[in-house]
Amino acid sequence: MLWWDLFIAFFKIGFISFGGGYAMIPIIEYEVRKHAWMTPQQFTDVIAIAGMSPGPIAANSVTFIGYKIAGIPGAILSILAISLPSLIIVLLVAVVFHKIQHHPYFQSSFYILRPVITGLIAFAAIRFAINNGIISWSLDIAGILIMIGALVILLFTKLHPALLIIVSGIAGIFVYY
Amino acid sequence: MKQEKVSVKMIWRIFYTFFFISPATFGGGYAMIPLLEKAIIERNQWMNREDITDVLAVAQTVPGSIAVNAATFIGYRLAGVIGSVAATVGMITPTFIIILVLASLFLEFQHYPIVQAAFLGIRLAIVALIFFAAVKTGKTAIADKTTAAAALATIVILLFTPVHPMFVIVIGAFLGIVLTKKKAPAKYKETDLDYFMGAGI
Repeated sequence: MLWWDLFIAFFKIGFISFGGGYAMIPIIEYEVRKHAWMTPQQFTDVIAIAGMSPGPIAANSVTFIGYKIAGIPGAILSILAISLPSLIIVLLVAVVFHKIQHHPYFQSSFYILRPVITGLIAFAAIRFAINNGIISWSLDIAGILIMIGALVILLFTKLHPALLIIVSGIAGIFVYY
Repeated sequence: MKQEKVSVKMIWRIFYTFFFISPATFGGGYAMIPLLEKAIIERNQWMNREDITDVLAVAQTVPGSIAVNAATFIGYRLAGVIGSVAATVGMITPTFIIILVLASLFLEFQHYPIVQAAFLGIRLAIVALIFFAAVKTGKTAIADKTTAAAALATIVILLFTPVHPMFVIVIGAFLGIVLTKKKAPAKYKETDLDYFMGAGI
C-alpha cells in the first residue's frame, strides 16, 4: 500500500539522518529507486528544489517525493515520517540528558562515523554525476565545463549556493535551450 | 532556566516563536542560530547561553536536522512533551508550506523546454555542490589513515556492492566506538559549527 510504503521508507531514514542533508541523499535515492517512484534525473531535480528551499534538505526532498507520489496527504505523511524519529530520540535524550551527555560511546562513534559520512556524500556526488551524464561514455563538454566551473566557484569564492544554482540555471538555458 | 507555568498561551507562544525562526534555516540549519538565541535568550528569557550551547550540542549529535532538534529540545524543557511537539510543528510548518509551493510550481512548469534547459544546468551545479560538501566534511572527518580508509571503503562499498547505505552508517558508528577505545581520541573538534547546506558535522 502506497501510503504505508512512503511512511515506512522515510521513517527508517529518519533514524539515521546524521551528517546533514547531503549524506542522506544516497539513502533516499535507494528507497526511491527500490520503489521506482521516479527517474534518477527527476530525483536530481527534487534535490535541486529541496536545496533551494529553507529547511533541512532531507525533509524537503521527502516532502516533495511524497507530494509527487500521493499529493498533499503524501507530503504530510512523508514529513511526519522523517521527523518523528528525531522527535522521539531528542525527547529520550532530553529526559536522560545529564547522564548521556558526556558518555564516551556518544562521542567515539563519530570517529568512524564522520569519514563514513564523507564517503557517503562523495558517493552521492559520483552517483549523481553518472545519473546526469557527466561520467558516461559520451562526452558532454559544455556540461562538464559548467560543472567544473561550479566547483571552482564553490571552492574559491564565497558565493551562496542558492545563487550558484540560479547562475547555473541561466548557464543551462544558454547552453541547452 | 525559568520554569513557566504550562498554559495554552505558553504553548502558542512556543509555536509561533519557532514558526518565525524557521524560514531562516535557509542554506542549512545553522543559519538560524543567531535568531534562535535572540528569541530564546533575549526576547523571551527562556534560557541562557550555556543552555543553548548544550541544546545545540545535543541537536547536532542526534539524527535529524539541528534546527528541528533544537526546537524539540527547547520545547520540551519549557513545557514538556506538548511543548516539544508545539516547537517542532512550529519549526516544520513554514518550510513545509514553502517546499510544497516550490514543488507544485516545478511540477507545473517542468515541461517547458526553457525550464528543462535551466535544470540541465542546475543539475550540474548540484553535482558540484555535493562534491564540495564531501570535501568540506572530509576536512574535519579525515584525520588519519584509519579515517581515510573508512571514507574510501565507504565509497567503494556503495559503488560496487548492493549494500544498503543505512547499513554502512550503522557499521561505521559501531566501528567508531570499537576503534576509539583502542586508540587515543582523534584530533577532530567535537562541535565544529562550520556548515554547508546542512552538511555541517
